[in-house]
Formats: sequence, C-alpha cells, structure tokens
Amino acid sequence: MRHTLVARVQDQPGVLHRIISLFRRRAFNVDSLTVGGSEEPGISRMTIVVETDRVPAYLVEANLRKLVPVIEVRDVTHISTVSRDLALIRVKCGATERSEINDLISIFRGKIVDVAADSVIVEVTGDVKKVDGLVDLLRPRGVLEMVRTGKVAMVRGAEAPEDSEEELAVGWRH
Amino acid sequence: MKKMTGAQILWECLVREGVTTVFGYPGGTILPAYDALLDFPSIHHVLVRHEQGAAHMADGYARVSGKVGVAVATSGPGATNLVTGIATAMMDSVPTVFITGQVGSKLLGSDAFQEADITGITVPITKHNSLVTDVKDLARTLREAFCIARSGRPGPVLVDICKDVQQAKTDFEWPETVFLPGRKVLPPVKPEKLKAVAELIAEAERPLILAGHGVIESGASAALMAVAERTGTPVALTLLGLGGFPRSHPLCLGMMGMHGEAFANKAIQEADLLLAFGMRFDDRVTGNLKTYAPKSKKVHVEIDGSEVGKNVAVDVAIINDLRTVLEALLPLVSDKKHEAWLEEIGHGQGETRSRDIQHEPHEDRLLAPHVINDIWRATSGGAVVVSDVGQHQMFEAQYYPHEKPRTLLTSGGLGTMGFALPAAIGAKMARPDAEVWVIAGDGGFQMTQAELSTLMQEKLDIKIAVINNGFLGMVRQWQEFFYDKRYAATPILSPDFTMIAAAHGMDAHRVTKREEVIPTVQKVRGSGRPALIDFRVVAEESVYPMVPAGADLHEMIRRPKRRHPSEVSA
Repeated sequence: MRHTLVARVQDQPGVLHRIISLFRRRAFNVDSLTVGGSEEPGISRMTIVVETDRVPAYLVEANLRKLVPVIEVRDVTHISTVSRDLALIRVKCGATERSEINDLISIFRGKIVDVAADSVIVEVTGDVKKVDGLVDLLRPRGVLEMVRTGKVAMVRGAEAPEDSEEELAVGWRH
Repeated sequence: MKKMTGAQILWECLVREGVTTVFGYPGGTILPAYDALLDFPSIHHVLVRHEQGAAHMADGYARVSGKVGVAVATSGPGATNLVTGIATAMMDSVPTVFITGQVGSKLLGSDAFQEADITGITVPITKHNSLVTDVKDLARTLREAFCIARSGRPGPVLVDICKDVQQAKTDFEWPETVFLPGRKVLPPVKPEKLKAVAELIAEAERPLILAGHGVIESGASAALMAVAERTGTPVALTLLGLGGFPRSHPLCLGMMGMHGEAFANKAIQEADLLLAFGMRFDDRVTGNLKTYAPKSKKVHVEIDGSEVGKNVAVDVAIINDLRTVLEALLPLVSDKKHEAWLEEIGHGQGETRSRDIQHEPHEDRLLAPHVINDIWRATSGGAVVVSDVGQHQMFEAQYYPHEKPRTLLTSGGLGTMGFALPAAIGAKMARPDAEVWVIAGDGGFQMTQAELSTLMQEKLDIKIAVINNGFLGMVRQWQEFFYDKRYAATPILSPDFTMIAAAHGMDAHRVTKREEVIPTVQKVRGSGRPALIDFRVVAEESVYPMVPAGADLHEMIRRPKRRHPSEVSA
C-alpha cells in the first residue's frame, strides 16, 4: 500500500540529496515527494508518499529519522489529514468545446487558466483521488501536457498521540 | 576575542575535543592546515603511505580505545582514497572524523585541479558530512562532527574544508554546546517494556542471548554477564561481539553464524527465547531468514531503531542504550538454571570438539588454525589481535578466544581486505602498552603492505603473522564448494615476505613446521622490535563449519573426518 510521511527538515544544502540517496540505496519506492517552506524559518517540510509492499513504512520512517538534518518524521496514513495535490492540465479544446469543458471541470472546482486556439490549461486542486478522477475524464478529449505537484498533507484538528518507535517496530511479518 | 585562521581553528578544535593523534597525508588544498599543524605540538601526526591506510588507522585507533579516530587528507584523490576506509567504519559503527581539504570556494563545481565532490560521494557511507565554505561555520561544524560521530550508534563523519576557508581569519569562538534540532535524545527505558522482557525470561525454558558489537560500544559487558549469570542464559556472539563476553565463561557458546560454532547455531534454531542485544541480524548471522529461529519469541534491544524489525520480526523492541537497559533489567529477573537446555547444547559442543582441528594430526604440514591457536597459547590470549578478511579471520575468531572487549579488531560488515596492518598501527598508537598482533592472509596483506614504512617511521612494536597459503583462500574455498573447484584468479604469487620485512628493517622469520610456531612467536614477543613471521601453511584448507550463503542455519557443512580435498563434500 501507499504510506504518507510528513517530515520536518533543516533547510540546508544537501538535505534533499541525503533523503533521495537513502531511498535509492535502500530501494524504497517513492511515489511522490514535495518540499517547501514551513511555518518556521530555516525549516522545510516534506510530504513523502512511499510504496510499502516490500519495505514496511516503519523502516522508511526509522531510516529518515537517522539523518542528522531530519528533525521529525510522522506517518500520517492512518490519521485524519487534509491533503492536496495541484495539477495543471493542457487539454485539446476547440472554441466550441470550451463551455462543455468548463462545465465538466467546475464539478471538480477546477478552472481554466489559459486559453489557446485549440487547447486550454485547466488548474485543479484537491486530494489525489479527485485530481485522478478529473484527469481520467479529460483523457478521452486529449491531454496534451500535465504537471502535478504531488501530495502535501497536514493533520486535522488536535494532534493525535503518536505510536512510539518501539510499538511500530514490533509485529512486522516478513 | 582572538582572530585565528581556519587552519588554526581546525587544530584548536581538535585539541579541545581531546585529539592527540591524527593520521594523514598532505596535499595542495590541505596545505594551510598542515602549515598550522606545526604550531600545535600536542597533536601527533602519523604520515601514512596511502589515504586508505589513514582511514583504517583512525578506525583501529577508535575501535581499540573507544575514542574518536581522526584522519586527514587532501582534496580529489586524497579524499577518494579514504572512501573504502570510511565505508568500513560506517558498516561497523566506528566513531571517526575525516577532515579533507577542498578547492577554494570560488572554484567549487568548476572541475578544478584535484576537485572531487567528496561530500556527495560519501553521503551513503557517512553518518553525516559537511562542506565548509565560510570560516565562521568551521568551529561549529567540527564540534557537531565529533558529537555526531560518538553519539547514539557511532559512525564516521566527514568535514570537507575549502582551502580559502583554512586561510581566512575570523574571531574564534568555541561553541560550548551543540545544537542539532534533529538529534534524538534517548528516552528513559519504559518500565512496561522491561517487565515484558522479564516475564519472557521467567517463562523461557530454552533462552539464548545473542550479543553483538553493541555490547562493546555501550560498555555493557559487566551488565551482560550479570544478566546471563542470574538467568542462567547461554550467550552466543557475533564476530564483532567477540570479547564482549569472555570466551572461557561456562555460558559462552562462542561465535554464531556462517562460520560459527555448530552447537551455537543449533541452539539458535532450538531456542524458545532469543534475547538479541546490540546486534543487527546480519545475513552472515541468520542464514535463510525463512527458517531462522522458528521456535522462539524474540526480544531486540538496539540503539538504532532502523535495525529493529529490518530482517527478523520481533516480539518486544527496546530502542535504547544496551547498558542502561541491562542494568535496569537486572533487578527484575530472578535466579534461574537451565540445566537440561545447557546439557543439550553441551552435547553439541562435545561433538564439535571431536571434529575440532586441534585434534587433527598435522603430519609435518602447517595448518592455519594450528598457527592461530598456538599464537593464542604463546600470548596467553592477552594480545590485541587485528585480523584481516578471509579464512584466517574466521580461524582467528574460532581459535583465538577473546576474554575482554576491544581485543579483537576486524572488518566485519564491509569485509575490507587490507584492513589489518593499518588498523593495527592505529591501535598501537592508541594503546602503546598493548601487545598488538596483525593476523593477515597473503592476499590482504599485500593490499596495504606499504604501511610497513609507516610502522617503521613511527617505531611501533607490532608483530605480524602472515598466514601464507598462496591462495585467496576464502574465495578458493567457495570455488571448491560451489564452483566445482574451478580456481579462477585465486592462486596468488607473493614476494618473499621475510625479505619485504627485512627491507623495512624489521625482524623476519619463516615458519614451515608446527613445532616452530610457539618458539618463533616467543622469540619475537621478547625482542621489543617489530617483526613479521611468514607462516607457510597448507594451500587448500577450508574453514568449517560453514553455512552456505542463504542456506538454513542448521544445515552446516561440517569438517570431513579425514581431510583430503577429494573427500570434502558440499
């Protein structure tokens, strides 16, 4: 399955290299990884989606924690979060089809942000599944180009207590 | 506040960290640092013959003393030559700091002369590394490097310092405290976890302790013995755990794993409780994971959380310092004896001993295990032994019983041939009082043989035993067992090692008969001078027992009753 990890890291040269190097070396399979600023200057925040069929998420987490610039890692897969993915999608679209596309994407709260003679760029934000849904609907019309940010996530409401590393380490069946 | 150059700050920081010896090799980008070194007489610099040697020396220094070992090299090839030594220290969790010069900060990334991206190269083989491009960051970075190297699970840290940083001046301020926001402070050991372990121990009828390098790193030997004795639990050791529990102790089963004692491996497979203390279930220890220790509950006490649940599923995990855990556990366990269990294991010991090579007639031939066992007798087991990698390393582990921590230094995780001689130089620098023996094969010895000059330049009284069989012996053994005796590239021609030693001004002896082993060892022990003994041993000898890679731990290849190559069954 896919696990979503949220990490707070020191914003210093090489930190992304260390994380990527770890994933490559341990053959952890990364689905998406986003990096950006956080509420605190000097601290970046990462949302990492990993495939955990081969390696338990706990081990990915434990290995990340060992990196010196990594301040905190949390597996948020099983707790309530707000998560968002943003996509820009260039769709084939003649002048006559624009209103039809507009109707379609408005259901997904998407919007047209650029218009050309035979295409439009659609912007949509939402959880990964919602964005996937819109992309699937647009595909038959001809998706010419697409870029997605990858998932970002934040825990909802009051912080749930976290399982200790020692609890997480037990019970993995190989 | 005092203005100092980066070069002066480097040495000032090292002095304040308690460094008295560094191993290194100068070059263009580290020249400012070397120039300043002359003004810091409390630091002794050992000039090596190749930077790999410097890395292994720093490693040996650290392993024998528990202090941080330091190596220095220039940029480019100097730095890349360190790589094997850094990886060796990483795999075996050895606290080390590597200082490298780097091209001027304005030249970075321009493929300047002797530029190599050593921080990029060493990301996967260091605990941490840093490139210093501003002299104001230097003192803090060095302070952090030592802190990271020795804390938690120890390991190597590399600090790459641009040449202009070494030359630039700044106000020197010693950072009293280290602030690393990501540094993990060990929590107190949870009482409920200790209770769970104590209950498992109370219920167990066939318990077994698996003790690893963590016993030595955390200084837990006394606590381990107290727990083992009170609970009557036998102790099997990993290669790097040897010395962590005395081999002569009635509860000690010796080494486990690929070339471990057959009875120890059998005990692992039959146990109902495994207490894994400071070890990481390496593949050389477990064999086939699917059939590994199927009857047991497993407790894992380990400082590195990423090692718990990695290879073997466990029932109770305690991620903490081993000594702290064992000391807290001791009052919770009660006196137990496991006579039936020990007797069952003891039966296996008897059987193994009857196959023991010490009972093999030598018939005027020299056998490597006899040589090593006789060195043990002649040194009364009191030497610091630095072994290289291969058959002799396994014979050493089997036939030189260690009683105390930090008396066996060997490259376990990475298995680095060429480790022994330079690591022994590092060890002797840290413990001049110790009797230091190198035990190396003819293959590995030639890899770093150039460090004999370093040994002589430092006037070190180190004894070297070359176990010379004219083969890359362990690879030859695999070829014999698994590749139909097709000896591809394993016969190796060596120079006359006694002449090599003599050319360096060392005493040198050749031994070809068993009767000569102990007298020759005694002769060199009494000389007070460095010496090399070339032991010409039987060419096609194999290490038994052996669990083939990936095979079940209880399916060991045993020593044939009559030893003849044609009778070895795989």
